[in-house]
Amino acid sequence: MTKVLMQGNEACVKGAIAAGMRFFAGYPITPSTEIAEGSAVELPKVGGKFIQMEDELASMAAVIGASAAGVKSMTATSGPGFSLKQENIGYASEAEIPCVIVDVQRTGPSTGMATSPSQGDVMQARWGTHGDHPIIALSPSSVEETYRLVIRAFNLSEKYMTPVIFLMDEIIGHMREGVEISNDIEVIDRKMPSEDQKENYRPYDCADGELVPVLAPMGKGFYYNITGLLHGGDGFPTNDNEVTGRQVLCLMKKIEDNRADICQSESQDMDDAEIAIVCYGGTARSADEAIFQLREKGIKVGMFRPITIWPFPEEDFLKATKNVKKILVVEHNYGQILLEVQRLAKNLPVEFLGCINGKTISPDEIIAKVEEL
Amino acid sequence: MKKELMIQAEWCKGCGICAAFCPKHVLEVKNEKVEAVRKEDCILCGQCELRCPDYAIWVEEVSE
Amino acid sequence: MPSKLIQKYMREEHLPHIWCPGCSHGSFMRAVAVAVDRLGLDHDKVVFVSGIGCSSRSAGYMDFNTIHTTHGRAFAFATGIKMANPELEVILFTGDGDASAIGGNHLIHACRRNIGITTLVMNNNIYGMTGGQYSPTTPTGEFGTTAPYGNIDRDFDIAELAKAAGATFTARANTYDLNQATNLIQKAIEHKGFSLVDCLSICPSYYGRKNKKGDAVKMIQWQKEHTVSVQKAQNMTEEELQDKIVCGVLCDYDYPEYTEKYQQIIDRVRKD
Repeated sequence: MTKVLMQGNEACVKGAIAAGMRFFAGYPITPSTEIAEGSAVELPKVGGKFIQMEDELASMAAVIGASAAGVKSMTATSGPGFSLKQENIGYASEAEIPCVIVDVQRTGPSTGMATSPSQGDVMQARWGTHGDHPIIALSPSSVEETYRLVIRAFNLSEKYMTPVIFLMDEIIGHMREGVEISNDIEVIDRKMPSEDQKENYRPYDCADGELVPVLAPMGKGFYYNITGLLHGGDGFPTNDNEVTGRQVLCLMKKIEDNRADICQSESQDMDDAEIAIVCYGGTARSADEAIFQLREKGIKVGMFRPITIWPFPEEDFLKATKNVKKILVVEHNYGQILLEVQRLAKNLPVEFLGCINGKTISPDEIIAKVEEL
Repeated sequence: MKKELMIQAEWCKGCGICAAFCPKHVLEVKNEKVEAVRKEDCILCGQCELRCPDYAIWVEEVSE
Repeated sequence: MPSKLIQKYMREEHLPHIWCPGCSHGSFMRAVAVAVDRLGLDHDKVVFVSGIGCSSRSAGYMDFNTIHTTHGRAFAFATGIKMANPELEVILFTGDGDASAIGGNHLIHACRRNIGITTLVMNNNIYGMTGGQYSPTTPTGEFGTTAPYGNIDRDFDIAELAKAAGATFTARANTYDLNQATNLIQKAIEHKGFSLVDCLSICPSYYGRKNKKGDAVKMIQWQKEHTVSVQKAQNMTEEELQDKIVCGVLCDYDYPEYTEKYQQIIDRVRKD
């Protein structure tokens, strides 16, 4: 095991390649560009391919195309580009094509502040594309976690045949830290159908209770159709409401029924905590320091940190906050995960500390807010 | 091998393209479906198969 | 049971297709099946990609690996597929609106890269699926439901656009001469690099009706009278060519194909 100093964006590339990424399509955008640059350098070394597409829409589309042909694929962007990718993220969700979409969040709305941190895309990650659809989103809080978690993003995407949003932020993307590069990692590869399924291959049939389709890569002799239209078992579009209803329900349930496997969180100093700080991503680093200082002062405060942002780790949250008196949500936006916390916390008072002007939330601000409570 | 003119009437949408371009005026559209009304004149040239957008008419090799 | 060709290459269980009576998309789709058959392509290695619109329903009818994508983005999906597995023969169905309006940017960049994709534009001068709105190839002065007083836009020549953007093979086919269309599609598939065939399709239901062009037969006859071959056009004056559309191979030259160039990078980097 070796420890290497690297940037969050760089760790994202290294982790992705360790997970088996062999295709990256992107478009330059601050503060994610180092991920494209790193992929352009590293991919050919492992026989993989990089392409800079004409725009964000195209890079998302190319990623889905490459994945349908059987190659683990990723794209990276930031808010404005994430908006443009939504169309095809919905497609990947409906057609059940695995892929990883990195969003290194910057201050918005619109072009916003390109080099300033934000966590303003949390709800966009959940509901950015139209229609009812499931989504998985993960958010790392350190450079090392970026390396490990992006591998998990690929694994979940292949296991559940779904797009996974890797929700970084400018803080982590541009932070430099030591990372332990371990070879001891778990990599999940896509399931392949058996040869005897070639005749009358109906990968989207979920009638036998299997919620995740086993899609053969193109070029292997398994003929079926992939479409963004609601479809039957062979992937051919249909207007039969019974079939379409079943298809979308399978789509939702494959994530819903596997929350326990998908959801990850971390509780810190929560055993005796009276105040729980809920935060995630880069903001958790300020909270970490704040908690250290507040504990020195004798204030019983802890942190609940969702690592899986979507689906929100509800059970973990309820368990962690069972005995607290107050909750403080700290996030780099005007209140997004706050809404989830308010929904779940019911009778507990929920306070909020946010930031929308592009600066970083400091430990001092968190300390001051906690002392106010 | 012998060739024969084949029609799958349920796929015919009655556009009339085959009838209009048949060099021997073999085909007619009746009640929105193609019919080989002068089959004996058919020279099996395959123009109808080439043009039919609905694959409802074709020339097939059949064993004698 | 339909013809052997249809049985071999199309998903019979989903036919008859959804297109209106007289729409020539079905004829071009058959021409593609004939071209694939003549070339003896490995069935497993052919992928059909399409965008959105009437034209793009084609992919789903072909009994191969098929992918019906999002509006205009088929070129980008196809680029990803070809990059992931250059062994695949990637054939793309699109329409005039899909390729040159919403997909215009993706089209020109696929041409510029000269990536090995064969594009068949089923160009019927109208948005058919949504009921007859004017498209980038609706001739100036003609009508659509969104051009009730006549279209004031200039129309695109998609084959010229592709050529200018760097496509190394472009051709134009028409619904009257379907043997020529089949030959051109065959040549386009054989061509290494980005190839495009502008297939002049007819839409009697919307474009035809809205512009009083008559029925399908009349529209095909119009094409017969208004198209000339590249060879014939060479001996015609500009005046004679004024109301004619030139069909045949419009451009055909060699230039390194994109995925082959990328493979050279991989080979070079891995040797060092």
